[in-house]
Amino acid sequence: MTPVKRSKPSRRRPVDTWDLRLYVTDDTPRSRAAIANLRSICDTHLKGRFRITTIDLAKSPERAKGDQILATPTLVRRVPIPTRTIIGNLSDIDNALAALDLNTNPHPGKTAESRKK
Amino acid sequence: MKTRRKKVAPSAPLLPKCPTGINGLDEITSGGFPRGRPTLICGEAGCGKTLMAVEFLVRGATQFGEPGVMMSFEETEPELKANAASLGFDLDRLVRTRKIALDYVHIEPSEIQESGEYDLEGLFARLNHAIDSIGAKRVVLDTLEALFGGFRNEAILRAEFRRLFRWLKSKGVTAVITGERGSGQLTRSGLEEYVSDCVILLDHRVCDQIATRHLRIVKYRGSLHGTNEFPFLIGGDGISVLPITSLGLTHEVSTERVGTGIPRLDAMLGRRGFFRSSSILLTGTPGTGKTIVSANFADAACRRGERTMFFSFEESPNQIIRNMHSIGLHLDPHVKKGLLQFHSTRPSLYGLEMHLATMFKEIATFRPQVVVVDPITSMMNTGTPSECRAMVTRLVDYLKANQITSLFTSLTRGGHSLHQSEAAMSSLMDSWLLLQDLEGNGERNRVLYVLKARGMAHSNQVREFLISNHGVDLVDAYIGPSGVLTGSARAAQAAREKADALAIIQDGARRRREVERKSHALDRTISGLRSEREAAEEEVRQINAQVGRRTRLLTTDRIELGRLRQADSASAPDNHTGMKKEPKLP
Repeated sequence: MTPVKRSKPSRRRPVDTWDLRLYVTDDTPRSRAAIANLRSICDTHLKGRFRITTIDLAKSPERAKGDQILATPTLVRRVPIPTRTIIGNLSDIDNALAALDLNTNPHPGKTAESRKK
Repeated sequence: MKTRRKKVAPSAPLLPKCPTGINGLDEITSGGFPRGRPTLICGEAGCGKTLMAVEFLVRGATQFGEPGVMMSFEETEPELKANAASLGFDLDRLVRTRKIALDYVHIEPSEIQESGEYDLEGLFARLNHAIDSIGAKRVVLDTLEALFGGFRNEAILRAEFRRLFRWLKSKGVTAVITGERGSGQLTRSGLEEYVSDCVILLDHRVCDQIATRHLRIVKYRGSLHGTNEFPFLIGGDGISVLPITSLGLTHEVSTERVGTGIPRLDAMLGRRGFFRSSSILLTGTPGTGKTIVSANFADAACRRGERTMFFSFEESPNQIIRNMHSIGLHLDPHVKKGLLQFHSTRPSLYGLEMHLATMFKEIATFRPQVVVVDPITSMMNTGTPSECRAMVTRLVDYLKANQITSLFTSLTRGGHSLHQSEAAMSSLMDSWLLLQDLEGNGERNRVLYVLKARGMAHSNQVREFLISNHGVDLVDAYIGPSGVLTGSARAAQAAREKADALAIIQDGARRRREVERKSHALDRTISGLRSEREAAEEEVRQINAQVGRRTRLLTTDRIELGRLRQADSASAPDNHTGMKKEPKLP
């Protein structure tokens, strides 16, 4: 398990950028809170190594099926694998970080390094 | 069924109904599910909730032009399609033609983390999108409760459910929600508190190792509905619910008569057989020929060109056909022509209700004019007496309501309990024939008699029932000093009577001959006497002639003498000469 995990990201270096999708419905306070919370998490922990796609299901409901979205807001981490799904407006930051495997490494640089190795 | 519809008609405008198209369910719910409102179908695992929901959608899409959305939380789209195919529904085609939209919602609790507030707008958006994409009028959520496993925050879920049902109502779609049965409540997570308009409970019970599915309408706001438990079956062409409520005694009657196929039996029933659409019970001990009478009845019906359905619980169709060949009855041509249909099942195959349901379904499909059930008692062993009685009542009611003439055979054990076991059933029957074995003189013989025949003159005679290789016949039974004489005793009695008759004839002839002889003898005597008399008469004539001649001679002599003697005294010489001459006469 461990050697595989290590070798994979090292081989695909350009994929190291986190691909995050945030599903929201309409421009509600909850949606805005979710977007703001996600940005703050990424800015803190992933400095520049992330891409956020925000999908408004009120405008494009057909996209809900692909990622099996039921609740909004929902954050889907598509890269790196495994895919993680976090529902809620991410107001519980510790919880969100745990879900994204970010809490154990408060320094993102270190995390990236350890991952590479 | 008709009466129910009529009853409901005035209230129909108050609550618009959405017909399910499911066999029988619309009758029970007086028209279907409440239109534009959610309906809850709950039940244990494997009782047919999903199939019922799918059929609701498919029927809506194909029969009522109402497209539907199926949101499944348990089965994937290919699984749903495969399951629906088992009912003969081509979901794939309906999806391609945009009549039905399938949406499989995958919930994997281990993959989902929660952080902060959320709602189910995603679900709403998906559902809304699916509904709008095909203009759906019907929605199925199967099984919504699965969400409870996917989300930890139950308070949010419940609030969202309430919102969901409100939203569905405002959307104007007729929704069906399925729910797993919980202990102490209808659904495991209390979905019924959100769906309060119509709740249907499905049940799959095992009684005496026989499982039967039941359906019950727990509540239906603003509508009349059947309150009983109705059995239903999942067949090759969908679900059939049997609205087996008592139809009341309002069925039409017929004065038309139908023959039994046995001329002498018809003769016993006022020469014309039974009334059409009457129910006939034929009881008998084993081996008395019940099936033979039934087969004759069926054959006669087919000959009249009537469709006949033969339910057999003991023999396979081929066996019946073969056995009837032995008495010269050929049923196979009727089968080939499609007039006669056999339906053979083992009584233990399923429960009473299911049997009844199957029979109703078969009858509704085949639409026969004559139905034979051989024997009804086989089914009696699969339930309690009261259940059986109720079942027969419903069957008889159903058949009568459909103007079907029915013949039920009933197997009785020998002995005096014969009448007791049938007493309950007989009150439902219009006519009752009894076949019996009479044992005596080292043989068993069959007799038949008409125990009752409502509304028609019928014979009170016991007839011997003969089965030969060219059919059946009824012959008069002899009443002997020790009771009814049948079989060889009857033959012996007949021979004896024949001999007696012959003896009488012979005796008569002998006596006639004797009298004739006597009269001949008398004739002879008479003719002898007559000739004797004739002889006497002849003598008399001769005497008279002689006397005349002599008188004349005497006179002439006297005259002569007188002339000779010239005497004037006539007396003296007259005597003298007379005496003297007499001996000279020849």
